[in-house]
Amino acid sequence: MPPFIQTAKIPMDLTLLTIQFMNGLQLGVLLFMLAAGLSLTFGIMDLVNLAHGSFYMAGAFISASIIFWTGSFVWGVLLAIPLVGLLGLVTEFLVIRHLYSRSHLDHVLATFGIILVFDSLVHIFWGSNGISVPLPVWLDGQVEIFTGMVFPTFRLVIIITGLLMAVGLYILVNHTRLGMLIRAGASDRTMVSALGINIQLLFAMVFTLGAVLAAIAGMLIAPITEASIGMGGQIIITAFVVVVIGGVGSMKGAFVAAMLVGLIDTLGRSYLDDLFKLVMSPGAAETAAPAISAMAIYILMAAILAVRPQGLFPPKVR
Amino acid sequence: MSKPSSSAIITAIILLALAIIPVTASLTGQGFYLDLATRLVCLAIAAVSLNLILGIGGMASFGHAVFIGIGAYAVGIASYHATYGDFDLVATYSGLFQITLAVVLSALFALITGAISLRTKGVHFIMITMAFGQMMYYFFVSLDTYGGDDGLTIDVRSQFPLISFDNPLQLYLVSYVVLLISIFTVWKLANSRFGMVLKGAKANEDRMRAIGYNTYIYRLVAYVIAGAMCGLSGALLGNFTTFISPAMIDWTRSGELMFMVILGGAGTIIGPVIGAVIFVVVEHFLPIIMNLIKPGSGLYWHLPFGIILILAVLFARGGLMGLMSRGGDDE
Repeated sequence: MPPFIQTAKIPMDLTLLTIQFMNGLQLGVLLFMLAAGLSLTFGIMDLVNLAHGSFYMAGAFISASIIFWTGSFVWGVLLAIPLVGLLGLVTEFLVIRHLYSRSHLDHVLATFGIILVFDSLVHIFWGSNGISVPLPVWLDGQVEIFTGMVFPTFRLVIIITGLLMAVGLYILVNHTRLGMLIRAGASDRTMVSALGINIQLLFAMVFTLGAVLAAIAGMLIAPITEASIGMGGQIIITAFVVVVIGGVGSMKGAFVAAMLVGLIDTLGRSYLDDLFKLVMSPGAAETAAPAISAMAIYILMAAILAVRPQGLFPPKVR
Repeated sequence: MSKPSSSAIITAIILLALAIIPVTASLTGQGFYLDLATRLVCLAIAAVSLNLILGIGGMASFGHAVFIGIGAYAVGIASYHATYGDFDLVATYSGLFQITLAVVLSALFALITGAISLRTKGVHFIMITMAFGQMMYYFFVSLDTYGGDDGLTIDVRSQFPLISFDNPLQLYLVSYVVLLISIFTVWKLANSRFGMVLKGAKANEDRMRAIGYNTYIYRLVAYVIAGAMCGLSGALLGNFTTFISPAMIDWTRSGELMFMVILGGAGTIIGPVIGAVIFVVVEHFLPIIMNLIKPGSGLYWHLPFGIILILAVLFARGGLMGLMSRGGDDE
C-alpha cells in the first residue's frame, strides 16, 4: 500500500463535518418534499395552505399504525400513501375547493381551522403522546460511506428517497402532459380552462400530490423523531421560509432553498459556538450561539428578502 | 350626527357590558369571571391593534402575537432582575419603566421587521411575518436564564403609585381603560388623513403612489403603532397571568388573533372586540358544554372550534359586524 493513502485517512473533524453535512442534506430533502407541495399549490391555485403540515403529521401517524398492524415498514409506507391521498382528495373536496376564489386571509383562517380539526382527530384516535416507530433490522444499521466513516442506513435512505422525489418531480413537471398542464395552469388559469381542460380536476390532483409528498416526508421522519401532534406545525413554518427564500411557485427555488436552509440550520447548530469562540469569550459564545443558530434561517430569509423581495428564483410569469 | 348608526349602538352596548358585568361579578364574589374578563380585555387590545394593520391597512400579519410576547417578557425580565440581581439597566419593579420598555421594544421590533416585511406583498407578507414571529419564539426558547421552553414566573407585578396590579379589580379597570384608549386611537387614526391613505393604499396602491404618497412609510408607521399597542397588551397580560413562556408567541396564538379580527369584522371599530369576546367565551364554555354532553370530551374542543372556524370562513363573509350591518346604514 503506497504511503500517501495512509496519510489521506480522513481526520476526525472532517468526519464529523461530513456527518453533519449529511444531516443537513437530510433536513433539506425533507423540507423540499414539504415546500414542493406548498409552492405548487400556491403557484397554480393561488392557495395559502397552512394545513400542509397536517398531511405530514397524518402520514406519520397512519403509516405508524399500519407498521404496527402489518409488522412491516415497507407495507406501512406503501399502504399509507393511498390513504393519505384519499384524505387529501376529501379535504380538497370539502373545504379547499371553495377557497380558490377567496382572499388569502380566508385561506389562512380556513386552513388554520383544518389544522385544529386534524390535530384533534389525531388526539382522539392516537392519544396525546407521540408514537415511536420501530425500524426493521435491515434499515437500522449503519453503512460505511468512506473509509472509517459510518452513517446510519436509514438517514441515507431518506436522503436518496428525497433526491429521487426531486428528480421525479422535475420530470413530472417538465416532461409529462400533466406537468405541462400544471405549468400552463400556473401561468394562465383562465386560458387552460378555456381550452377545455378540467381545471377543477387538475387542482384536486395537484393538491393531492402535494399532500402525498408531505405525508411521505412525515413517514420518513417518524422513525427518527416520532409521530407527534405538534410535528406538522413546527416544520411548516420552516417550509414556508424555504418557499419564501426560493421564490413562491418555483420548484428550482424550493430545492435550492431547502438545501440551503437544511444545511445552515444543521451546521449552525453544531459549529456556531466554535466560530463564536474565536471572537468572544467562551461563556458569551455558549450563551449567544444557541440563540443565533436557532434564528439563523430567519436571519437568512430576512437578508435575502431585503435584497430580493420575490425570493431567489421568482417564476417568470405571474 | 343626526341619529347614531347601528354599529355605534353595538359598540356602546359591548363597552358598557365590559364595564358593568366583570365589576359586578367581582363585587358579588365571582372573581373567576373577572379573571376571564381581564384575559378577554388584554386579548381585545391585541386584536384592536392587529385590526389597524390587517383590517384598515390590509396588511395580513400572521406574527402579531410576537408583540404580546415581547411586552410580557419586558415586564418579566425587568422584574426577574429586580428580584435576583444582574442586568441593572432594566432591573426594576417600576411599572412605568416596565411598560415603557415593553412599548419601546415592541415598536423597535416592529420597525426592524416591518421595514423588511413591508417590502413584500400578499402571501409573502403573511409568511414572512409568521417567520419573524417564529424566530422570536425560538429566541425566547433558547434563553435559558429566563426558563427557556418552560417559561418564567413573574414573582412581583409591575408597581405603580396609587394603583396596585395585585388587586384583580384594579388590574381589570386599568386594562379596560387601555382598551378604550386603544379603540379610540384606532378610530381616530382610521378617520384621519393618515387612515385615509392607508385605506387608499389597501384599495389601490398604484393609484396612491401615483398621487404621490409614499405608501411604504405610511404602512410602516401603522405597523409600528400596532406593534407598540400590542406590546402594551402583552405587558398587561404578563401582569395578569404572572407567568410567561414562549408558547405566548407560538404562531397559533397569532392565528387566534387573526381569527378574532376577521370573525368580528376586519376594518370595523368594534369588530375585533366582538371577536375577542367570542373567542374567550368559546374557549371557556365549549369544553364545559361538551363535557356535559359526554364527560371527558371537552378535551377535544378544538375539533368543533376548527369546524366553526371553517364554516365561518365559508359562510360568514365580512365577519359578524358584516353580517349585522348588511343592509344596514354602515359603509
